[in-house]
Amino acid sequence: MSQTATQPAKTKGKLAIYWAASCGGCEIALLQIDAKILDVAAAFDVVLWPCATDGKVHQIEQMADGGIDLCFFNGSIRTSEQEYMAQLLRRKAKVLVAFGSCASEGCIPGLANLNDRQSIFDTVYKEGSATAPENPGDLRPQHETQMPEGTLHLPVFYDTLKTLDQTVEVDYFLPGCPPEAERIWAAIEAILAGNLPPRGSTLGLTTTVCDECKRKRGEKKIKKFYRTWQIIPDEETCLLDQGLICCGIATRAGCGALCPQVNSPCIGCHGGNDGVEDYGARLSSAVASVIDSSDPDEIERIIADGIPDPVGTFYRFSLAGSLLRRKKRDS
Amino acid sequence: MKRISIDPITRLEGHGKIDIFLDEAGEVANAYLQIPELRGFEKFCVGRPAEEMPNLTARICGVCPEAHHLAASKALDAVFGVEPPPTAKKLRELFYSIFYATDHTTHFYALGGPDFVVGPDAPPAERNILGVIKKVGMDVAGKVLKMRRDGHALIKMIGGRAVHPNWGLPGGVSKGIDEAQRAEIEARGREAVEFARFSLKVFDQVVLANTAYVELITGDVFVHRTYNMGMVDAQNRTNFYDGQIRVTGPSGKEHAKYAPAQYREFVAERVEPWTYLKFPYLRKIGWKGLVDGEDSGVYKATPLSRCNVADGMATPLAQAEYERMYATLGGKPIHHTLATHWARLVELLYAAERWVELAADPGITGKDYRTLPTATPSEGVGCVEAPRGTLTHHYATDERGILTKVNLIVGTTNNNAAISMSVKKAAQALIHKGQVREGLLNRVEMAFRAYDPCFGCATHSLPGQMPLEVTLRGPDGQVIERLSQYCH
Repeated sequence: MSQTATQPAKTKGKLAIYWAASCGGCEIALLQIDAKILDVAAAFDVVLWPCATDGKVHQIEQMADGGIDLCFFNGSIRTSEQEYMAQLLRRKAKVLVAFGSCASEGCIPGLANLNDRQSIFDTVYKEGSATAPENPGDLRPQHETQMPEGTLHLPVFYDTLKTLDQTVEVDYFLPGCPPEAERIWAAIEAILAGNLPPRGSTLGLTTTVCDECKRKRGEKKIKKFYRTWQIIPDEETCLLDQGLICCGIATRAGCGALCPQVNSPCIGCHGGNDGVEDYGARLSSAVASVIDSSDPDEIERIIADGIPDPVGTFYRFSLAGSLLRRKKRDS
Repeated sequence: MKRISIDPITRLEGHGKIDIFLDEAGEVANAYLQIPELRGFEKFCVGRPAEEMPNLTARICGVCPEAHHLAASKALDAVFGVEPPPTAKKLRELFYSIFYATDHTTHFYALGGPDFVVGPDAPPAERNILGVIKKVGMDVAGKVLKMRRDGHALIKMIGGRAVHPNWGLPGGVSKGIDEAQRAEIEARGREAVEFARFSLKVFDQVVLANTAYVELITGDVFVHRTYNMGMVDAQNRTNFYDGQIRVTGPSGKEHAKYAPAQYREFVAERVEPWTYLKFPYLRKIGWKGLVDGEDSGVYKATPLSRCNVADGMATPLAQAEYERMYATLGGKPIHHTLATHWARLVELLYAAERWVELAADPGITGKDYRTLPTATPSEGVGCVEAPRGTLTHHYATDERGILTKVNLIVGTTNNNAAISMSVKKAAQALIHKGQVREGLLNRVEMAFRAYDPCFGCATHSLPGQMPLEVTLRGPDGQVIERLSQYCH
């Protein structure tokens, strides 16, 4: 056990771990701190962790406000129940951490903000290849359904996916999809030692993935961007130098440049660095700066050919939390 | 009418909720399993470049991202009309075998195991992974943790990351392995085979040697005579990575065998207004509601289903265990839901043996792990067997490879109807005259847990078990009684 965790505890703190609209990967990542999970158990009583322990929501509701010392909240906010839990845990937790990409910036499911509830329901329940002929009554899930035996309720599915800090005030952010075990443990150590940056900070490194990447970098002069299926990149040379959109240039360090190690471009899952207000704007300007042309028509062609989906490329993980947030609604 | 709400994770929201209604006599009138969330991947992936799909769809599930990653890669092979070279196929299957062995280990020891190893009637506080460790010893716990740690380390080595790999592409994978990595993978694989054999021994000693457990497994409460689905190779043996989909009926007779691209001819999906999750069923049989039998299109796609539809296993040790399971439980097919745990261990052994076979294959370190596509992209289907059921990805694109249509049938979703039926049957067997018997909580939980459900890929319960709470309400919604497996 680390020294930090075994310092004589005055009283054990209370810890809550919660998932909203999430894939479960953050929970797996947390378990990958391995034996250090025992240090966490030594320092905290876990009052809520739905995937691992038996804490109940009604018990949390009965606690005094501020009665939880630390809450790790993963997942984004898509339904009325997730919103309720975010509000409840905000009230009860002294320190609320947006854990992972979904809670911090919306992650991949945040790309749903390019659509709305109606079009998502139409696709899933009406147009889906295997439902189309089978749903002649055009049934859709309802908030309230009257069955012969009684009424069934579903949470309301909102039009827009929100990050945690678009829903409640967040104290700290832990980046990554999911965060790497080493970074999770570093954050826990900082919290246990009371060695925390100002509220609102991201708990992570302040370099970029490029700084962690061992590939050889040259002068970037791009005449053509390639999609990943179009070339087999050299394993030693910078992927961006080879014309692949590698997001490492704008992405916060902390993973050790794992994806480039298997010859795949960084996809930007750790989001932007300190001081970057909009990750997509940062990445797109970085990519634009390596285009080797001053002819507007040629530049347009290079971008149109190699980057057919700019929003999905530059805002892959960050759309919901970005300045763009969502597609403009039809008036 | 009285209502009992079971919230598996005891939250107001959550990823799965059960409502049981009692009639005036206090008998179970109906039970509903509700899935209260949806994320809409089938919509928001449209407009994205198709090659993004292995990474985008991995985010459907952080527990089984490898399954989505590979189903997507296979769908891309079809969309781009490109055949991956033999080395790429072997690498993908090797990666997948390691994942399978790791995932099945987690389920048996942490999720399903406590019911049998510690016992279904043991005090709830002991009926968890810690109880398992206490019963079987610390050295076993060490083996389980090592198995999981090694598996994740190898997945990271091959696929780039331990959770959400970034490796699959149309026509192959982004990187191969060298000899040092191969040797490491093979060494860990040989240990995995021994671990799997040991796990089957644990099952023998703890479960099969206990007549009360055998009676529980073979008892009527946990039986459903449905169709079964699973992937088979050219010799009709179980395969997780590639093959045809075979469906057999309640009597074991073959209903269909088809290439994944034909899935729409055989599978349809039912929509109900009270849950966000659809109910897949066999199109040619039809939807008759949540009932079993030859005339109902409800099917299961579980480890037991895969054993039921196959003629056998492709590796020798797993084949011997497969034969022993059917000899013990009275031949094929087996409809006892709880036997799914046994089938999962047979599959664990198969995955470990296949892992070694592929790691020892001289071609596995080949440099031909990618073929660049040249055809115009259009449409394609990719299937793998996810641990929790047949996983289908279906994409259509424009000529630039931009997605125009996405349909996904996810592992657990196949079992939505069967899980609902299992829950209802357990409730009907255990609730009479309005009295909720103590055994209800864990028995219902066991009906649910055999499927290893992963709703929104999230009711997954690690490393303990799914906490359950039953709330008994009067007609006005007032709480009459609250039962919990745990002390408040």
